[in-house]
Amino acid sequence: MSLSAEQVAWVAHLARLELTAEELAVMTPQLNSIVDYVAQLQQVDTDDVEPLAHALAVHNVFRADEPAPSLSVDEALANAPDRRANAKGEQFYGVPAVFE
Amino acid sequence: MAQELTERTASELLPLLARGDVSAEALTGQFLQAIQQRDAKVRAFLHVDEGNALAQARAVDQKRKKGDPLGPLAGVPVAIKDVLCTKGQPTTCGSKILRDFKPPYDAHVITRLRSADAVLIGKTNLDEFAMGSSTENSAYQTTHNPWDLERIPGGSSGGSAAAVAAGEAVLALGTDTGGSIRQPAGLCGVVGLKPSYGRVSRFGLVAFASSLDQVGPFAHDVADAALLLEVIAGHDPRDSTSVVKPVPPYSKTVHDPVKPLTVGVAREYFGEGLDPEVEQAVRAALKVYEGLGAKVREVSLPHSPYAVATYYLVATAEASSNLARYDGVHFGHRTSRPGNLIDMYQRSRGEGFGPEVKRRIMLGTYALSSGYKDAYYLKALKVRRLIRDDFDLAFAACDVVLGPTAPTAAFKIGEKSSDPLAMYLSDIYTISANLAGIPGVTIPCGFTKAGLPIGLQILAAPFEEAKLLRVARMYEQATDWHTRRPRV
Repeated sequence: MSLSAEQVAWVAHLARLELTAEELAVMTPQLNSIVDYVAQLQQVDTDDVEPLAHALAVHNVFRADEPAPSLSVDEALANAPDRRANAKGEQFYGVPAVFE
Repeated sequence: MAQELTERTASELLPLLARGDVSAEALTGQFLQAIQQRDAKVRAFLHVDEGNALAQARAVDQKRKKGDPLGPLAGVPVAIKDVLCTKGQPTTCGSKILRDFKPPYDAHVITRLRSADAVLIGKTNLDEFAMGSSTENSAYQTTHNPWDLERIPGGSSGGSAAAVAAGEAVLALGTDTGGSIRQPAGLCGVVGLKPSYGRVSRFGLVAFASSLDQVGPFAHDVADAALLLEVIAGHDPRDSTSVVKPVPPYSKTVHDPVKPLTVGVAREYFGEGLDPEVEQAVRAALKVYEGLGAKVREVSLPHSPYAVATYYLVATAEASSNLARYDGVHFGHRTSRPGNLIDMYQRSRGEGFGPEVKRRIMLGTYALSSGYKDAYYLKALKVRRLIRDDFDLAFAACDVVLGPTAPTAAFKIGEKSSDPLAMYLSDIYTISANLAGIPGVTIPCGFTKAGLPIGLQILAAPFEEAKLLRVARMYEQATDWHTRRPRV
C-alpha cells in the first residue's frame, strides 16, 4: 500500500498542516516505509477479537452537574494570540472571519 | 562534601535536612550551582527556576524552624519534564508552537509535589510533545548523555533522566507513552518507573496519546522512586481515567524482599537486534535473582513482534486528535500571515510543529481516515488486546517479567535521527507495557566496555507497583550499579 504524493497532500489537508514542497518530498517516502512496516499487522489473526481502546476496565465516569469555580476571564485569555475587548468591556479571542 | 551532596539520594538527604546538618536553602543552592557548572555540557534544563526554587527552600526552612509539619519530600530538589503544566511558568513541550505558553494551572502531580514541600528546580528538555526516543526532536536544544556527552540520553524524557544522572536534581518527573521514562533512565544509568495506566492523574499533563500516557518518577535508586511514586499517585476527580484505588505505602514496603519469587523471561526479548553486551548484563542479573532464591522460568509473549507497529497506529491516531487543539486560536503560536481561518490553522501548525510531530500527526490522520480506519486503527486495537492477553497469561505463571530495557546502550547524537523507523525500534521492549497498561521499571544492571549504562527492565501485572518495587529493590541490595555517578 503505497501513498502517492496526492494522498499525502490530502492527509495534510485533513490534518490542517501546511507542508512545503520540500517537506512533502522528504515525508512521503518516510511515511511509506512506516506504512509498509505497520502493514505486518495484517498477518495477525484477529477474528473474534474485540478492539482494546483502553487498558482499564473503567466505564462512564460521571460527576454531579454542579457548577464549580473555573478559570477567570483574565486567566483564560492570558495566552491569547489576539485578545480583544468591546466597548462594554467584554473580552474575546480575535480570529479571522469565519464567514465571508 | 559540598560536591557530594548533589550525588546523594533523597533517602540520604532527608535525614540530613531533618537534623539541620544542611538547610533546604543551602541544598537547593548546591544544586543550582551544579546546574550552572554542568548544564552547559549536559543541557538537561530548558528553564531553571532559581528565584522560586530558593523561595520554596526558604519556606521549608521556616516551617521546620517553627515546628510546622513538613511533607515527605521537604527541601528535595525535583526537576519536571516540560510537558507538565506549572502555573504561570513556561511549559513549552519542547515545541515552538508553545514557546510563550504559560499554563493558568498546575498539573495534579505538581500540586502533589508542592504539598509534599518538594523544591521545583526547573523544567527539563524533551522530544517535542514527548514524541521521540533520543530528545533530538526538541525544538530548543539537544540534551547530552552525562556518561558520554557525544551520545543521546534517550527520550522522550531525556532531560529528566540526564538531570538526575548528572546530579543536577535529586529526583525528576517524566512521562512514558511508549517507553519515554524507562528507555532514557536505562540509557542514563538511573531508575525510571512507568506506573500502571490510571495510577497517576494526567490532569495537567499535555496529552500525546491519552490511552497510553503516564507520569512517573526518575531517581538514583528504587527506594527514592518508591517515595516519589507514593507522593504523586492516587485518584484525581479531574482525570476520569485515574483509578479509585488507595495508594499502598510503596516507600515502606520497598525494602521487603518477595519470597517466593518467580521471574519470567520472555524468549521474544532475546532475539535479533539485542546487543550482546546488553544481553550479557541482563543474563547476569537473572543469575543474581537466582542467587537470591528466585525461580526463573521462560514465558512467551508471542505478539511482541507486533508491538511497535501496533503502537505507531494507536499512539499516532490518538496524537492526531490531541494535537488538533494547536490551531493558533486560543493559545500558542499563530501565524503572522493568517489569511482565512483554515489558512490560519494550516500555517500556524505548519510553522509551529517540528518534523517528527508532523510525521506522527500525518500517520495518525491517515490511520483514522475514511477507508483506512478498519485496516489500520481498528486492526491495531485488536492486536493490542492480544498483546494484553499475552501478559495476563504470563503473569499467571510468574510474579514479574524481566528483560533488557533497550536493545543497545546509548547511541551517538545524529546516528538515528534521519531514520524514523530505526529510531522507533529502540522502544521495542518498553512499548508493550503502555499498550497493555501494566507497570514497568528500569534499574541499572551494568555498563558496556565503553562505560555506557545498561538497564534491566522489570514488568508486573496492573497495580502491582508495590511488588515491582520490592523485586527491583532486591537486586539493588545485592549489587552497587546504582551507586555509580558519571563525571561531568
